[in-house]
This record gives sequence, C-alpha cells and structure tokens, in this order.
Amino acid sequence: MNLHEFQGKQLFREYGLPVSTGFAVISASDAVKAAKKIGGTKWVVKAQVHAGGRGKAGGVKLVDTLDEIENFSNLWLGKNLVTYQTDEHGQLVSSILVEDCTDIKDELYLGAVIDRTAKRIVFMASTEGGVEIEKVAEETPDKIIKVEINPLTGAQPYQGRELAFSLGLKGDQVKQFVKIFVGLARLFKEKDLELIEINPLVIKSDDNLHCLDAKVVVDSNAVYRQPILAEMRDESQEDPREAHAASWDLNYVALDGNIGCMVNGAGLAMGTMDIVNLYGGAPANFLDVGGGATKDRVVEAFKIILSDKNVKAVLINIFGGIVRCDLIADGVIGAVEEVGVDVPVVVRLEGNNADLGLKKLSDSGLDILSANSLSDAAQKVVNAAGVKE
Amino acid sequence: MSILINRDTRVICQGFTGGQGTFHSEQALEYGTKLMGGVTPGKGGTLHLGLPVFNTVAEAVNRTNATASVIYVPAAFCKDSILEAANANLKLIVCITEGIPTQDMLDCKVICDNLGTTLIGPNCPGVITPDECKIGIMPGHIHLSGKVGIVSRSGTLTYEAVKQTTDYGYGQSTCVGIGGDPIPGSSFIDILRLFEQDAETEAIVMIGEIGGTAEEEAAAYIKSNVTKPVVAYIAGVTAPSGKRMGHAGAIVSGGKGTADEKFAALEDAGVKTVRSLAEIGEGLKEITGW
Repeated sequence: MNLHEFQGKQLFREYGLPVSTGFAVISASDAVKAAKKIGGTKWVVKAQVHAGGRGKAGGVKLVDTLDEIENFSNLWLGKNLVTYQTDEHGQLVSSILVEDCTDIKDELYLGAVIDRTAKRIVFMASTEGGVEIEKVAEETPDKIIKVEINPLTGAQPYQGRELAFSLGLKGDQVKQFVKIFVGLARLFKEKDLELIEINPLVIKSDDNLHCLDAKVVVDSNAVYRQPILAEMRDESQEDPREAHAASWDLNYVALDGNIGCMVNGAGLAMGTMDIVNLYGGAPANFLDVGGGATKDRVVEAFKIILSDKNVKAVLINIFGGIVRCDLIADGVIGAVEEVGVDVPVVVRLEGNNADLGLKKLSDSGLDILSANSLSDAAQKVVNAAGVKE
Repeated sequence: MSILINRDTRVICQGFTGGQGTFHSEQALEYGTKLMGGVTPGKGGTLHLGLPVFNTVAEAVNRTNATASVIYVPAAFCKDSILEAANANLKLIVCITEGIPTQDMLDCKVICDNLGTTLIGPNCPGVITPDECKIGIMPGHIHLSGKVGIVSRSGTLTYEAVKQTTDYGYGQSTCVGIGGDPIPGSSFIDILRLFEQDAETEAIVMIGEIGGTAEEEAAAYIKSNVTKPVVAYIAGVTAPSGKRMGHAGAIVSGGKGTADEKFAALEDAGVKTVRSLAEIGEGLKEITGW
C-alpha cells in the first residue's frame, strides 16, 4: 500500500527526520493560507499522487507569488496527473502539499527495501540523488552502497557511519546522517514498511541534511496491525475495479486485451493469460477467484470481468483439486444465468469430478463451450473472441 | 527414497481444531499421512478426529515423537506458531497460511536458519510424497508415486505439473510448494539440492513466476550443481510491470523480475524451458527420452 508524500513526511517528522515545513491542502484558498502561514517569499507546491515522475509531468512547481500558488492549485485539484509511472488516465490529485523552499547544494539518495535475496532489510545510499535510482543501478551500480540490517539486532550506528563516509559526508553531516539512518530503520520496522525512498536527500546551502521527498510503501499483509497507516489509505489512487474486486477477496488486475480470464490460483491465472497470448489472443485481465469458486464469487467475478467493455469472450480455467468440479459447474451455470453473460464463455475444468462438471455445462443449454484441455481452451477462446479464425 | 517426507514422517498440526486444520487433517489421514495429533492452546487433553490435542508444540513433540509440523493458523499468529515449532526442535515446518507480514518472515527465517529447521512456505500448498505422506492442501488423488521431483512457487500450477507427469505415467518422487511470498522459508536452490541428492528423483520440474530473482539464482545453481534433467516453466510473461499478480511476491518492479529474464537465465543454464504450461509433460519426455 502506497502513501502520499505528505503522509510519508508526517511519519518522518514523528521519527525525528528533518523535513520541510509544509501543509497538505484540498483547496486553492487553503493553499494560499498555508503559504502565508509558512511565511517567506518562495514556496514549493506539489500535487499529491502515489505515482512518481511528478516533476516532469508538471505536478511540482517552485513559486514566489501567492497568485501562482492559487493558479497551480486550481490547475491540478480534482484533475488527474499523468506521469510515466501511471497509465494514460493518470491519478487523481485530491490534495496539494505546500512547503517552504529549500536551497540545495547537493542531492543524495537514501532508500531501504526488503531484499528478497539477502532476506534482510537493505539500505542503499548513493551520491547520485535526484535521478531514477533504477537507472543508476543499471548504469553505474558501483555508485550504490548497501548495508544489510540483521533482524535480531536492528540497524546499528556504525552501519550509518559506513554509508555516511562512503557518501563523502563530513563533520556534523555524519552525525545527522546516522540519526536519519537509525530513525528510518526504526520507522521501517515499527510501521511494517516494504520500501522507503528519500530521493533526493539534500545537502542544503547551510550544509545540513534534509529529506526533500518521501516515498513510503507499507506491506499490505501488515496493514491490519497498523491502524494509523490503514487510515492513510487513499482509494482514489487505486483502479476502482481492482479495489472493488479486493473487497470480494478477488485478485483482479486490468489489462488491455479482449479475453476475460477467470482462474483459481494466482500462478495458474498468470499461466492462463500466457497461454491465451501464445495462441494469438490478448488477455483482458488477471483474475484469481481463489480455491472456493462458489456461485457468489463467480457471479461477482463475471460482473467485474464484463464491466470491461473490451471483453469479447471469457475463459474460465479451474483446476478443482479438493473442490468438486461439478459444484463449480453449478456455480458457473448459476452465474451465467444471473448475470446474463452475452459473450461466449469457454470453460476448462480439471480434477475432481471434471467429467460430471463438463456434462452439466453442456446440458445447461447456455452458450458455454467446454474444453478438454488447457491448449484446447486457449484455442477455443481465442477463436471465440474473433482474434483469429 | 524421496525428499523431506516419507511414510515414517510423524506430523502434528498447529491450528488443528480450526476449520482449515480440521478439513485438511481429515484429508491427510485419509491419504495415509501419519498424523499424530495437533496443537490448539487451551484445548489440550481433548480429542479431535480421534487424535490427541495438546496445548503446546513442545508437549505434542514430547508425547508423540512428531518430526514435522503443518501450520493452518491465521496469518497474524503464524510467526508465533513457526517460532514455537522451531524451538520445540522440529526440523520440518510446513506453513500453508497466506498473508503473513513480510517482516515476520524475516525474523522466522533467521531463527529457523540458526536452529537448522527447514521451513516450507508460507503461502504454499505444502509437500507430498505420493502414496506415503501428504502435508498440505493439495488434492492427493492426482498424484502418482514415481520419478519426477516438482518444485513450484504456485499451488495450482503445481497441480497442473502433477497431472501431466501422472498422465504421462512418470509419477512424482516428491512435490514441494515453496510458496508465493517474497520471503519463502525454503528457496528453489534448497529443494533442487535435495532432489539432486535423491536417488529416486530422475528428473526435476521447476515452476517459477515473475518477481524477485529466485529463478535466476536457481539457474546459476543448476548450471554448476545439478546433473539431472530439469524442465522449467515461468508464469507471467503477459503480466504488466508494477502490478502484484495475486501472490505477494509476484511483481515486476523497476523492470526487474520479468518472465523473459528468468527464461533466458534458465536456458543459459541448460534447462529445458516450456512457454506453455500445457507442455511440461511433453518437455520432460523430450529431454529424458522416456
């Protein structure tokens, strides 16, 4: 689960990290008020969306008049910001962060992730701040310095010093860096995060360190025990169909093809998309109905799949392990009748009582094509969608 | 022979009296698994499915000489259950539960490694040695005792591979679901090493998916350590970048963890890859000459 920059900075502030004075606002008049409250003559206004790449997309602006703040707010509030990280619709700007302006002498990078290979929280620092870190990792990997945090001891100050000296920091900056490092590590652990990025971590003209940006991602599996973070969830930043599916415990991801897929199991759902693709079709979605695949869930899954108007045919691929396929067939038949599905449906059932399930489907009198293998199913659904004859 | 479990494996179930624990324990008993009893704190001294219930894992191990545990408790309590089992000196723990906070797994992994405990999962179907022992939620009836070792990050994809190896008459030595989470207790490499050493396993099927670099690491390991023929399939060629595909660990991030990269690494290691999951059996036939 992603947080907004202003929410990330709120956490940073709580953990004693140096961040700009700023206020998140939801109207142009409040934006102007916020600037007055901050004082000074220069401010930064930043559109709050979860995606990165806001600066290049015009969502961040350095301003020196209140009029500019008002204009920027009116321009973006309620609109969608499209960045290279969003789809073509972009993400809704429902708030703007107004901050005081920081004089930048140098830009660094500091981040932390859960490293799957090391099986540790790993901190990464680089002198190449303010640019995409993936690009630095690709082109000049030696410019990224890493330290691993042992879960049994937590982050130690010496690890912070190691990073600080490698970054070329001097004097009081080293102490400041260690404080930031230890604070971030504590934040990461206590709030069940899966990623933090400060890009850039800047050296100000007065030589002090300052966190200019904050990207924070929370482990979705741990949100249940982080009530404060749970309240920070902003559903406006999520795909509405995906969010709706999640409320039914269905895993759905929209794609841009025309063959709807309904599958049990995440791996098989991906494998099904891939085989549709192999046969020349284009999957419209990823959808895992889970092990149960009861009528209610199948009904809801159909509704979600068919809410995508590009869908020309639906492939249902169920490996009924312990669940009986004839019960799944009942669910599919009930769902097709209830939802009024008006595109061809191809069903492949495998496993327990598969033959009985297929017989039920063919006896139902509905427009359901049954397939006798996965390849057959892919072939049939691609033909049904009219992708190729 | 087989890996991890066999007809002598004595299993206890944590979360024994819950819905999942009860259902899958019944299935395991029916399959012939030596299920010795279970643990539900507060219900010690009672019987469930005709087997004893204990308050603690230590007591259960003491009284039943169990060698393995299977965990069906809710995600929020899994860290506690895994650590309890590891500290009761069980050397094999299979955790089925999905949705465990990732940082809980970081802690569990360190402790299990320190204690020499093999943890399989979480978020996995479990482990089965056909006709001998079934620990987990996989359907027993699709399996056939035989010579192919299967290791997979996905449950239903494992079943597809099982069905094909059964249909071809090859059967399985042992099937291991390592699970779809970012921090699994055991990696592909851990299981490949066991299959390589197991006399009964003549060929290996490895099923990966997008996200992370476990398949690339496995490819490097296979290149220098595995002499048996390996067929691999990777799910998620069509998955978009930046989206989590059901499993917590199945996400292409920053352009890394794609199916294409994994296929390439495995092919470079001399592994037979199949692009269609329907061709796993055919791929095996091709490289083994069976």
